[in-house]
Amino acid sequence: MTQQFTTCDRQDWMAVLARAPADLLENLWSGFDGKPSFKPLREPETGLVMVRARAGGEGAQFNMGEATVTRCSVISSTGQTGHAYVLGRDVNHARAAAEIDAGLQDGKLFADLDRDIIQPLKNAHDKARQLHRGKVAATRVDFFTLVRGEDD
Amino acid sequence: MYVAVKGGERAIDNAHRLLAEKRRGDPDVAEISAEQISQQLTLGVDRVMSEGSLYDRGLAALAIKQARGDMIEAVFLVRASRTTLARFGYSEPLDTGAMEITRRISATFKDLPGGQVLGPTFDYTHRLLDRALDTGAEVEPAATAPVSDDATPHVLGLLDKQGLIEPASCRPDEDQSEPGDMTRDPLTFPVDRDVRLQMLARGDEGFLLALGYSTQRGYARNHPFAGEIRVGMVEVSFVPEELGFAVCLGEIEITECEMVNQFTGSKSTPPQFTRGYGISFGHCERKAMSMAQVDRALRADELGEDRTAPAQDEEFVLSHCDNVQATGFVEHLKLPHYVDFQSELELVRRMRREQGADRQEAAE
Repeated sequence: MTQQFTTCDRQDWMAVLARAPADLLENLWSGFDGKPSFKPLREPETGLVMVRARAGGEGAQFNMGEATVTRCSVISSTGQTGHAYVLGRDVNHARAAAEIDAGLQDGKLFADLDRDIIQPLKNAHDKARQLHRGKVAATRVDFFTLVRGEDD
Repeated sequence: MYVAVKGGERAIDNAHRLLAEKRRGDPDVAEISAEQISQQLTLGVDRVMSEGSLYDRGLAALAIKQARGDMIEAVFLVRASRTTLARFGYSEPLDTGAMEITRRISATFKDLPGGQVLGPTFDYTHRLLDRALDTGAEVEPAATAPVSDDATPHVLGLLDKQGLIEPASCRPDEDQSEPGDMTRDPLTFPVDRDVRLQMLARGDEGFLLALGYSTQRGYARNHPFAGEIRVGMVEVSFVPEELGFAVCLGEIEITECEMVNQFTGSKSTPPQFTRGYGISFGHCERKAMSMAQVDRALRADELGEDRTAPAQDEEFVLSHCDNVQATGFVEHLKLPHYVDFQSELELVRRMRREQGADRQEAAE
């Protein structure tokens, strides 16, 4: 069977799954019909990732501080291996994300999962983001200087 | 010197029971939850995450509750908790230029591409206590306005394009080298800027604030302007070995401050502004600003400046900026030092005896 998705596609859906609010993700996944069964390859495990930043935002790298991350790997009864790496300590979030990652790699399941899980998560994220942006935009400030300090 | 002592188990157990009761306070008053702390004491949580050097709101909130609001104790708890977890690896460097902005201001340019947004700020408040806050009154929802899709690049890029400030970017070969990690390798002075930034990022806000303030008062001449302060969400990505490509782990809130400082020039480079950089987990604006000032002051040698002030003394600043280390050493003085003190006591008595004998001899 030829692979029907690119690395880029997979990065996109993994990002959607990682960013999703855990409760929404778990609700959508538990309500999804036609799941294959999954066996754990690696039970959910919480550890640390050292976050790197750049001096001046764009310069040389440095180690800024750590963040908790939970990872999980599963294999589906249809043979796909799913991985998840998610900020925080929510093992259910990581397990659901790994299972959905495996499911999305199955050509037969992709369309349903995309419609029932990925798109709703994306929409929820976009909606929350637009609301946040609107609130921030209302605090946009246009300072103007008085005669002192202006060139003319 | 501290010498181990035995005994006191019952008293210690009871002291901890009393602590638990005091922590709870009056049982007729509702107990505060870590979730409430995480939601409503957000800036406290941010500070504990920053100085605890661990981004995890839930753990930081719990630490604040357990520490009865003692922030340094909470930072200590977070640091201790961190040591129980395995490290999966290092993230890709954050792209703070792509930040989802909550706040972005500049004290150097009033018109920025992408605009200035104040976000949730204490600035321009009157600092009058608001008694209405304690009455449970409903909060008016935040105003909204149409959104613009303009990009929000780093403000200092404007100066960089004109060659008026030292470039932030590094040479590709510098970018290939592994940054130092003071959590893995012991500190030996002098250190490079990467390790300095790591230590400052977890350093005590109060200590860095005082040092930053000292640079403004003349103890290291580098008059700063806040080129840009930005707060917002940034994606963290990581390359797991088993996948071999970068995956997004989610987003974290970051505060970033870029200071523009007094210019330098030499025979080979025309006068240009220099930079100081500050960054923190969460919304810790005062910390990021202070860090940027101290980062700039610590670049004295690199920029050919005389080191005359405490804020420019790398060994002094970095050896004392960590509040967990500092509190450990200061607070250990509370522990029994009986044997040590006995010997001091003996010494003083002997010296007094000898001096007394001397005096008598002199009198005779």
